[in-house]
Amino acid sequence: MTTARHAIDVCGLHKSFGRTHALDGLDLHVGTGEVHGFLGPNGAGKSTAIRILLGLLRADAGAVRLLDGDPWADAVELHRRIAYVPGDVTLWRNLSGGEVIDLYGRLRGGLDRARRAELLERFELDPTKKGHTYSKGNRQKVALVAAFASDADLLILDEPTSGLDPLMEEVFRRCVGEARDRGRTVLLSSHLLSEVEELCDRVSIIRRGRTVESGSLADLRHLTRTSVTAELAGTPDGLSRLPGVHGLEVRGGRVRLQVDTDRLGPVLRSLTDSGVRSLTSTPPTLEELFLRHYQDDLPATPVEVGTR
Amino acid sequence: MTAVTATEFAPRRSGAGQLAGTGALVRLALRRDRVLIPVWVAVIALAVLSLPGALESMYGTAAERAEVARQMLANSSLRATYGPVFGDSLGGLVAWRIGVYAGLFAAIVSLVVVVRHTRDEEESGRQELLSSAMVGRRAPLTAALLTALVANAALALLITGGLVGQGLGPSGALALGLGTAGVGMVFATAAAIAAQLTQSARLAKGLTGGLLGAAFVLRAAGDAAESDGSSVLTWASPVGWLEHLRAYADERWWVLLLLVGAIAVQGSVAYGLAGRRDIGMSFLPTRPGPATGRLGTAGALAWRLQRGSVLGWGLGFLAAGVAFGGITGGATELVGDNERTREIIERMGGRSGLTDAFLGSMAGMLGMVAALYIVQSVLRQHTEETSQRAEPVLANVVGRLRWASGHLVIAFGGSVLLLLLGGLGLAAGYGGRSGAVIGACLVQLPAVWVIGGCAVLLHGVWPQAAPAAWGVAGAALLIGWLGPALNLPGAVMDLSPFSHLPELPGGPMTWGPVGVLTGLAVVLVAAGLAGLRRRDLLT
Repeated sequence: MTTARHAIDVCGLHKSFGRTHALDGLDLHVGTGEVHGFLGPNGAGKSTAIRILLGLLRADAGAVRLLDGDPWADAVELHRRIAYVPGDVTLWRNLSGGEVIDLYGRLRGGLDRARRAELLERFELDPTKKGHTYSKGNRQKVALVAAFASDADLLILDEPTSGLDPLMEEVFRRCVGEARDRGRTVLLSSHLLSEVEELCDRVSIIRRGRTVESGSLADLRHLTRTSVTAELAGTPDGLSRLPGVHGLEVRGGRVRLQVDTDRLGPVLRSLTDSGVRSLTSTPPTLEELFLRHYQDDLPATPVEVGTR
Repeated sequence: MTAVTATEFAPRRSGAGQLAGTGALVRLALRRDRVLIPVWVAVIALAVLSLPGALESMYGTAAERAEVARQMLANSSLRATYGPVFGDSLGGLVAWRIGVYAGLFAAIVSLVVVVRHTRDEEESGRQELLSSAMVGRRAPLTAALLTALVANAALALLITGGLVGQGLGPSGALALGLGTAGVGMVFATAAAIAAQLTQSARLAKGLTGGLLGAAFVLRAAGDAAESDGSSVLTWASPVGWLEHLRAYADERWWVLLLLVGAIAVQGSVAYGLAGRRDIGMSFLPTRPGPATGRLGTAGALAWRLQRGSVLGWGLGFLAAGVAFGGITGGATELVGDNERTREIIERMGGRSGLTDAFLGSMAGMLGMVAALYIVQSVLRQHTEETSQRAEPVLANVVGRLRWASGHLVIAFGGSVLLLLLGGLGLAAGYGGRSGAVIGACLVQLPAVWVIGGCAVLLHGVWPQAAPAAWGVAGAALLIGWLGPALNLPGAVMDLSPFSHLPELPGGPMTWGPVGVLTGLAVVLVAAGLAGLRRRDLLT
């Protein structure tokens, strides 16, 4: 196993297909042994970035280090230490699932027979069925069993659970947890926020081929706003002048607002001064966090929403 | 409570609902085939329409034409190749020289089009989405057959109109046009049945292609046996019906009924099957496979994917070799041996000795068909890549060169195997001269490899255009089959690698061109592989 601090180091990565700029200065740093969430709206460039990491596409510009190697030049050697699950698994129609699992195992330089059997059981996968008879979820299980049964240091998973049922998703989460416990690094591209929240130590959010946010979930939460709804005895005073207050709505004694989480204190003090009858404060949900980054017309800097 | 009767769940037997959405599906198919169909139809029509002028310049007078017809009719090997000559008018010669091949090519386009819009769509899962809309159970099959009908009707129209426009009689032109389109539709409906029976589009095309090959060989054997096409073998072959129409030789219109009948019978069988089965399924059950696999290398995977195809082609080559060898004996039956006869044979791409000439042209034909195999086999990489199956394989400890070399060994090695089998068959059927006959087959290899090299180069350097390798093979085929008859200039003939091969058996073995072609193939493959290493994978 590598002793490097980072399993993946990507700086200023660019990749264009004709006139389309799929990646436009992407940065991605994944520490060794961490489970890293890779998030972004559809078409943000996640799969392109993953294919560059796998040496299937060639970067136009930027620096990429993967397990202390160059993913393009050292592709084959690096792949010995990588297991990959594509988002859309296609199998050969006349090969059985078991044959494909074993093929990938051998092509990767070996797989753990005991773990293979155990995983087949946990994922409830029938390995004797032919490729074209599997459902989408079962095709993904074939790739997942092959990946988790391998001894790879780095697991690259591109939306691996999009076809799994909730029970199987639970199995998947436990497998990722076990991989982390064995010291593996996992890059997990996903749209399931609960999955990301449960599994990931750190996340990177990309939009239009660029990293817009990166850090631990706690860090990211801190950057977002808390929603506050209050019913007051008197009329609130000076709320709109407080820093960090957004979307203030005042209807009689009823106040709704959003406030940057690190500016919550002064707002609460101001509300208390006006006599609080009831108060609800909702911490930012992950959805809000992501929606903020996913929304297309997001301005570069947050602007104050005027009072109506 | 409402009584639920069993009839409510019985499949609807009739009604327009079964065909709902056909119009939209036909438009979709024509939109998707907007290049494929026009190019094929134009190439076939051009091949037919360029013949009258070429044949007229070669055999200008009625006496010359009568002599050619007499010679051709007397020689069983030539009858096997082109069919008997029924009329010695210019139109009669055109129909004789091209008819069988126009039908053959129309059949290939038709079967490709039908499978492409039926089983291919189901296999890829696209049909499921289409069928969830207002699309009837039998609409996809109907749309595919209508699309094939559009292509064949356009072909019939071009052939008929073009021949009439060149001053040849309208009724013969119509017979040739309708016969060509009829053969096309016979194999369109045969492909429709195959698409219901198998779950794999590749297998459906292979089965129908095998049927077409068998029909061609049946006709060839029948025509070798009888000079007036009366052999039962010829009558058993739909390709034979085309010559039985006797375009430009007192047309026998009732033969069209045979074509129409076959189309109707096969069409209704396909329709019956299509209405009775589930989407994506077939009548041949899928057996479970092994729970553990022995495949361990990219090369083993490539062999596993291609072995069925290699086996099918191999059996075809052996059978075709035996059949062609068996009819070669008749090449000596040529009446007289004068300057004229030699010229006729040479027009066919032949050489001095008649038997040698015939064996040589059969070896050449096997070589050109092997070019189709090598393109198909090389392009398997392209299919793997575009279907995203190459991506996870290459994400393993598999270098691109190793991945490609597995497929290339099968493509290039397979071509050796095929021509060896074809040569063995030819020698066995002919009954002697094994060494010379097998040698004549194997000497085709450098030309086959050059075509394969073009496919490797395209796939490596310009993968989006990789299917154009079919165009390269098709062009070499057309030059080889029609070049001499069309009196093409030498520069054009030289474009085909097959034009440079030594004329075996009989002619001297020339190592120069063989070495140059082999070297060229090596360069093409090396350049293609270098390109593959450097480029992005198609995603």
